[in-house]
Amino acid sequence: MTYAKRFDGRGFEELRPMSAKVGIIPRADGSAMFQAGKTIAYCAVFGPRDLHPKFMQNPETGILRVNYNMMPFSGHGERVRPGGGRRSKEISMVLQNALLPVLNLKDYPNSVVDIFIELPQTDAGTRCAAINAASMALADAGLEMKDLVCAVAAGRVEDKIVIDLNYYEDSHEDGTDLPVAMLPNSGKITLLQMDGEITREQIKEAITKAKEACKKIYEVQKNALKARFAKV
Amino acid sequence: MTEELIAKDKEIVVPGEILATGMGFLPGKGAYRENDKVLAQRLGMVSIEGNIIKLIPLSGRYIPKLNDRIVGQVVDVLLTGWRVEINSPYSAVLTMKDATSEFIQRGADLTQYYALSDYVVCKIVNVTSQKLIDVSMKGPGLMKLRGGRIIEVNSQKVPRIIGKDGSMVSMIKKATGCNITVGQNGLIWLSGEPQGEVIAVKAIKKIEQEAHLSGLTERMQAWLEKETGVKVSLAEAPQETADEAQPMHPHHFGGSQ
Repeated sequence: MTYAKRFDGRGFEELRPMSAKVGIIPRADGSAMFQAGKTIAYCAVFGPRDLHPKFMQNPETGILRVNYNMMPFSGHGERVRPGGGRRSKEISMVLQNALLPVLNLKDYPNSVVDIFIELPQTDAGTRCAAINAASMALADAGLEMKDLVCAVAAGRVEDKIVIDLNYYEDSHEDGTDLPVAMLPNSGKITLLQMDGEITREQIKEAITKAKEACKKIYEVQKNALKARFAKV
Repeated sequence: MTEELIAKDKEIVVPGEILATGMGFLPGKGAYRENDKVLAQRLGMVSIEGNIIKLIPLSGRYIPKLNDRIVGQVVDVLLTGWRVEINSPYSAVLTMKDATSEFIQRGADLTQYYALSDYVVCKIVNVTSQKLIDVSMKGPGLMKLRGGRIIEVNSQKVPRIIGKDGSMVSMIKKATGCNITVGQNGLIWLSGEPQGEVIAVKAIKKIEQEAHLSGLTERMQAWLEKETGVKVSLAEAPQETADEAQPMHPHHFGGSQ
């Protein structure tokens, strides 16, 4: 079987149309929105702030807490059960692991930085959109960061390696989803997950192509952050 | 290895952006070195001084610093003092000995000095590595605030609100007839005629929004003249010394860009 043309007519390495905006939630210390095609992620960062319950406090460093949530109406018509679940808890954890390497919270002992991610509309690639939004929001919150974090899903549909899968490709019966998050300047990877089967050669190809795509996402993030402080 | 300055002065950069290459440039505050590159460590505005590249923060919470004069709110009464919320990740403690020059009897009711929800102007006298903070009320201009209103701005914009030698805040004070006390932590106390207060709040919010742009003082002068309908002179830190001599008078706090 060959996958000759993508469902939405994109090129195999083409990203969905992206848009990003920073500083959208005035009450938060930092906030951002990232959209890739029909997937939209909103992110608000609060902190560093006082951490309760007290037993979670770490006197050596501040901690990062991530809350990922898909809104009930965000899927493909099926109601997403509200509240935390096994899936959202796992994604919150991998997002925390993907973002923490760039942050320096050593100056904020016993405190917490809270990240809230809400997805009002989803079409696959939510954890990648969440990382992209969160890294912009963290920068907007004025935190010390080594680098931004960019993420994109690579994958395989039948015989082709594709970038930035939408829901139809993601749920294709003969396909693999491979979300990658990386630091654009050093090329280091902070998130790599896989769902499906893939050969050794294909995984290498997928990661290489994902890294290329991340550079394009980085430009979008950078422009959005700079636009926040453009002329009024 | 080439020595090259990539970032321009006053340019806005994002974390991880390369500012310069080569060992000839040194990373200042908000920048870091990786091999032969100097990179940005936060979102900020580039400031180049000789071969030192530093970043001026544009956002972020207030981080307590020694000797900062701040506005805080009493949120709890402790055995030997008061807990003060200072718009930062950490709250401060005002101890009895730093609170007043009066003698406080053992077992006295501390709320008669500072009650819950009182606002105070205080000074940070100690910050430990674990961010335990002590504040003091002993010093000129440090006092309990009565009446007026409190507004919150981003603490990174405070130097612009104060202006060079207090020029900006004294311009607003003159134009609106308000008493204004700007805390380094981004809490601002205003007191005056209702009309004047409204204009002063608007003016401060406008400065906060446009803090990173140049020519702000002139723009604010024109804006204040339009709003108040009175000619506003560009005060060159006038009678601030007179204010300083009268500790009972609220005044702005020093510190400039």
